[in-house]
Amino acid sequence: MPLASFQTSVPVVVDDAKCIADKGCTVCVDVCPLDVLRISDMTNKAYMAYDECWYCMPCEADCPTGAVTVNIPYLLR
Amino acid sequence: MALDQIVDGLSEVSCDVLVIGGGTAGPMAALKAKLKNPKANVVLLEKANVKRSGAISMGMDGLNNAVIPGYATPEQYTKEITIANDGIVDQKAVYKYAQNCYSIIEELDSFGIRFLKNENGDYAVKKVHHIGTYVLPMPNGETVKKALYRQLRRARILISNRYMATRLLKSADGRIAGAVSVNTRTAEMLVIKAKAVILCMGAAGRLGLPTSGYMFGTYENAANSGDGYAMAYHAGAALANLECFQINPLIKDYNGPACAYVAGPFGAYTANNEGSRFIECDYWSGQMMLEFYNELLSGKGPVFLQLKHLHPDTISEIESTLHKVERPTRGLFQQGRGVDYRSESIEMHISEIGFCSGHSASGVFVDDNARTTVPGLYAAGDMASVPHNYMLGAFTNGSVAGIDAMEFADSHDFAEFDVADVAVERDRVMAPTKREDGIPPNQIEYKTRRLVNDYLQPPKVTRKYELGMRRLAEAREDMQERMIARNAHELLRALEVQSIMDCADMAAHASLYREESRWGLYHWRTDFPEKDNENWFCHTLLSKRDGKMTSEKRAVEPYVVPIADDEKDLYDKQRIRATA
Repeated sequence: MPLASFQTSVPVVVDDAKCIADKGCTVCVDVCPLDVLRISDMTNKAYMAYDECWYCMPCEADCPTGAVTVNIPYLLR
Repeated sequence: MALDQIVDGLSEVSCDVLVIGGGTAGPMAALKAKLKNPKANVVLLEKANVKRSGAISMGMDGLNNAVIPGYATPEQYTKEITIANDGIVDQKAVYKYAQNCYSIIEELDSFGIRFLKNENGDYAVKKVHHIGTYVLPMPNGETVKKALYRQLRRARILISNRYMATRLLKSADGRIAGAVSVNTRTAEMLVIKAKAVILCMGAAGRLGLPTSGYMFGTYENAANSGDGYAMAYHAGAALANLECFQINPLIKDYNGPACAYVAGPFGAYTANNEGSRFIECDYWSGQMMLEFYNELLSGKGPVFLQLKHLHPDTISEIESTLHKVERPTRGLFQQGRGVDYRSESIEMHISEIGFCSGHSASGVFVDDNARTTVPGLYAAGDMASVPHNYMLGAFTNGSVAGIDAMEFADSHDFAEFDVADVAVERDRVMAPTKREDGIPPNQIEYKTRRLVNDYLQPPKVTRKYELGMRRLAEAREDMQERMIARNAHELLRALEVQSIMDCADMAAHASLYREESRWGLYHWRTDFPEKDNENWFCHTLLSKRDGKMTSEKRAVEPYVVPIADDEKDLYDKQRIRATA
């Protein structure tokens, strides 16, 4: 059975201008309990790779530059 | 190499005590084990990252069950929990908790975790329960994880993050020998030999599907997929009273508490659509949840947390705790909905079902030393059977487990496991990565949890359960034969689905076994609507025997604290009686 990809608006948003993942920072990726954040191969910035969020906020609270914003997932907003 | 790419690998390490799960009970168990024998090796294994894992990822806004001299006694607390849990309690473990928890509070205080104090410097304990006073607010409870982590580093606990334990290993004579685990980002496997193992893997919180439909919008931290319950089951340990589900009152759609424990002591209360109170006490019990459920369906719903009648300063104080500490996105959610507590009540609903002894009584069976029925295997926190034990119970019983497990490790050598067991487990774990084509884990998970909602959530109807079990068996076959994982992250989810499926089967089996109704909404069997003390005043223990799921009765241990006849049903009288 072929697989299709599924469009979803992700709750965690990263401001590329503030994100310092390209300087080696991985704090948000490290702390996420659901392990849904990754560093992009293309931009070298953090982004939400998997829409499996508990909107708990360690990524936002622990980011050293205030680049991460957690929004309420659309389905329960 | 890119993260999540699957790497073929298997290595082996050993330690004296292996603690699985770095949330609340786990760090305390690891710390106490290490302090008991500083020369021993203690490994703390965690599926996420100990810095931010578990139910208290962001912190906790209060202790719900603090037994503090001057406010409550261990006898009073033991009595309250016995009554709240409909009498099905081995009091020894609850009493021991009640005796020990004050010293744990003092220890947490010494770690830098602050609790609310009054102007005299005494703990400012509040009343929420039916009988006693046990709720201690933590206005800066966001510091809990950081403070714990400092202690772990100082004690030189070996922390392994991003390893998911999948199965326990035992020797031929049934003693614990270690665990198999898999790296959640590379799929490399790691076998950990250990003399004693402590399971602190949290609730089975990803069992029912939240009404929002968002799979990870669960009441419990969504990482708590019931892996500990599944592992204990497959290791042959007994699990107690799994039919006593966890169901909690929550903010509608948000799936975090409203939260009456925080707001109640300030004068807030739960009310129906007419603005009237309908329950006597906001403490979470099955009996209270049944009244909540009835009110929702009665035409007098929705149900609200009422606080707009309070002074604006009081509301601001409640708001700052609710929006800052345990679930900070609560404020963001209310803001998005345009809800201001000063002018509007908070709409509430009930959560999806799960297993959790932290709030109810469904857990891996343990005695008052946190020992399971498998020699050398311990359990503590939300997944162990000490009822209503909340965060402070996880710390206190984690401490008990850590000390006893190190004593066990000090007096035993490594047990030998069969290497063939590791090979079998490796095949099971990696199977979804070997298929070219199939069904992704998220679809199998959604279907399984949708079936749990449709057929297993109370009221429990025998015919619905039989149908639900048939549908779940079909989904299980798909999971075993057709599930695919294309990278290590999907493999993590594929393994979690297998825990969820095992928990769904256990929930169904345990619920059908107990042929009575008990614990209010938690175990409301429409075919057996009455409480039947003559036949069912007992624990039920579920376990795997000869590869099959079986249940049996176990007598409740004689009470340490006697309960008078006129006290036994105090929690049954939750509904406020209408007055003429």
